Amino acid sequence: MQQIFNFIYKNSNRLLFLLLLGIALFLTIQSHSYHRSKVISSANFLSGGVYERINNVSEYLNLRTQNDALAQENAKLRSLLFDLKDTASIPKLDSIKGLKPTDIIVSKVIHNSFNSYENYLTLNSGSLQGVQPDMGVINSLGIVGIIDNTSANYATVVSILNVKSQINAKLKKSNHFGSLGWKGKSTGYVQLTDIPRLAAIRKGDTIVTGGQSVIFPENINIGTVDRIYIDNQTNYYTLDVKLFNDMTNLGHVYIIKSKGREEIINLEKGKKDE
Amino acid sequence: MNSALFVNIFRFLLLLAVQIIIFNNMNFLGYISPFPYILFIILYPVNSNKFGLLLASFFLGIIMDMFSNSGGIHTAACIVLAYYRPYLFKFSFGLSYEYQTVKLNDVITPERFSFIFLSVLVHHFILFLLEAFSIGFILDTLIRTLLSTIFTIIICIIIIYLIKPNRR
Repeated sequence: MQQIFNFIYKNSNRLLFLLLLGIALFLTIQSHSYHRSKVISSANFLSGGVYERINNVSEYLNLRTQNDALAQENAKLRSLLFDLKDTASIPKLDSIKGLKPTDIIVSKVIHNSFNSYENYLTLNSGSLQGVQPDMGVINSLGIVGIIDNTSANYATVVSILNVKSQINAKLKKSNHFGSLGWKGKSTGYVQLTDIPRLAAIRKGDTIVTGGQSVIFPENINIGTVDRIYIDNQTNYYTLDVKLFNDMTNLGHVYIIKSKGREEIINLEKGKKDE
Repeated sequence: MNSALFVNIFRFLLLLAVQIIIFNNMNFLGYISPFPYILFIILYPVNSNKFGLLLASFFLGIIMDMFSNSGGIHTAACIVLAYYRPYLFKFSFGLSYEYQTVKLNDVITPERFSFIFLSVLVHHFILFLLEAFSIGFILDTLIRTLLSTIFTIIICIIIIYLIKPNRR
């Protein structure tokens, strides 16, 4: 017994080191798996609060670009309104879902990261505002990411600049779809894989979100085709997509709350159980 | 003794704040980012409690991880650096470093520079290795490690000269 205590006393530094290293590696491995740790994320009270304070100050530095973006979006929406003079095209009220199949929550990016392989954003709205994990996040130019964790007042977002992100996307003109990921290279480009060789693709074609995902509505802008690679082994195209969004400069974003989502997920879950 | 404790606590908070507010937002060419917060581990008094250094580095790392959403990569890199610090001292200052009064917080001599260089290199290599977490990115990891190490060392030396105690 005495020897055990002696051993522990002598090697206390090494034991503490191994214990702490074990905890750190556990957290690292957990963060690389799909289900992330809920403790060490910037959606908590402390880091969310600090980021919000910092953002309150730094917001002023890019007010001009934010104003320009808002004005442009207003102009676009206004042109849509003028086209809608025809009363016949006013959408009918759906008595089950309400008027719209999706709700939108306005939020603000209070922390942005784009310099590692797994990038996360922090938003200043959380579960109290109705934000839940796996909701889509967009802004006026295109998609931004998917909600990952939420706390009472903050939420973290898996940015599309994250090697773990997988989003269903398609060609706007021909409906050929593939999955959109990021290879970790440049912040302006993402990669669209598994587009069949049958699709006629040209440089400059627009890529939008596909209808297969329950996270994003169909036809939200993503970017344009910049480079086309042919994979000899699989007969699929891999495309470099130039994003419409400047992911290094994000301000206000919209969180998409799709009303049919839970119903679809429950339905598909039921199918698997049988 | 007491003033050393206060200086260390103050340094811990100040370096963390500066890192989170300023240096985390710095990127050159998309992937070179400096991490001068490890100056806390480098400047920790040479002969004081190693147990305390390990615990302090653990909390330093875990707060950084919380703010950068990165799991445990900063924590792992910090405690490895804290644990192997005596070996790095031995390498740069010679075997008898414990009997000398090693002061890092002073003019940069070759010994001090080699110690800072090795510490930053060890920390950054583990950090970027765990961040990529795959052999496929190994070349990228090495390039990032090297460039970020240079950047961090430059900023560390600037900070050391700025906070150097004034002598007549």
